[in-house]
Amino acid sequence: MSMLGRLQVPPAVRRGDVFEVRVIVQHPMETGFRRDMNGREIPLNIVDRLACTYGGREVFRVEPGSGISANPYFVFPVVASASGEVAVEWRDDRGATGRVTAMVNVVES
Amino acid sequence: MRRALLAGLLGVAAIGAQAAEPARPSPLKEGSDFQSADVRALQADDFANPMALWVARGETLWGEARNGRSCSGCHGRAEASMKGVAARYPRWDAGLGRVVSLPERINACVERQQDAPRLAAESDDLLGIEAYVARQSRGIPLAVSIDGPAHPAWEAGRALYFTRIGQLNLACTQCHDRSWGRTLLGETVSQGHPTGWPAYRLEWQRAGSLERRLRACFNGVRAAMPPYGSPDLVALELYLAWRAQGLPLESPAVRR
Repeated sequence: MSMLGRLQVPPAVRRGDVFEVRVIVQHPMETGFRRDMNGREIPLNIVDRLACTYGGREVFRVEPGSGISANPYFVFPVVASASGEVAVEWRDDRGATGRVTAMVNVVES
Repeated sequence: MRRALLAGLLGVAAIGAQAAEPARPSPLKEGSDFQSADVRALQADDFANPMALWVARGETLWGEARNGRSCSGCHGRAEASMKGVAARYPRWDAGLGRVVSLPERINACVERQQDAPRLAAESDDLLGIEAYVARQSRGIPLAVSIDGPAHPAWEAGRALYFTRIGQLNLACTQCHDRSWGRTLLGETVSQGHPTGWPAYRLEWQRAGSLERRLRACFNGVRAAMPPYGSPDLVALELYLAWRAQGLPLESPAVRR
């Protein structure tokens, strides 16, 4: 099973309003500083890039470091301009990627 | 002299009375009652609750065929067929001839019906299916059966619950019946009711089963940890579920 993520946007927003995009990604976010029960180093494994596009235009990007918790959860505001697809893509330092999408329906107020 | 002796005897009598089995905690409080407000808020938020990731994984696996057979092929929609099921586990399984916990029952299906290799304990797939099944029973009161063939396991679990173990020489009852609500280092001691499992434990930074949590308790009192699926753990799970009967299941929960 590929990397799992969940994305939530309101189904409908009025043009010009600010809406919240919520995204959570399943990832261990290993810091590289921990050791297992046998004393062996657990190698670094983190999501180092996550970006969100809205209608094809990038609206949010984050480059998380090892200080971000496992299964990171991001919430950010976006201004509703036109109906379109919100897509969140991420990749970790080993090249594994994930993508989730949702449609935002913009209505005239 | 005589007075001192009498006081001594009274002391012994008092210790004797203390050793008698204490009643179940009253009022019963579920696990989330001992969590901080932010942890409770995280659990209540169906999107932000990180267990939703495992529930989503379980939902996918529910419909995915292995060797041509899927969970949904026999059980249909989990929302209907699995409602209340998790609240009745651990339970006696006639086919296996022993008391089994929910993950063990899932694995029995994987082996017998899907003819596929067992899912490893604590694997994301097993926790996912378990969380998805448990999610269908949210709000339903725990009601395990301890009659008939399940009774010996309940007895064994009860005996373990009151047995002092480990280098710290502690029994479950000393914290969870006598000292619940008090603090142990920075944490509030709970009543030890297994209402939220499998849960996302912040300390682990991932989902985990009740057995993992119980093993952590064994480790905490510096006793040898029983292996996953061992009869001791299943018996203890049955006793704990019986002890918590009437409390609503809140899985998949978030714990500190």
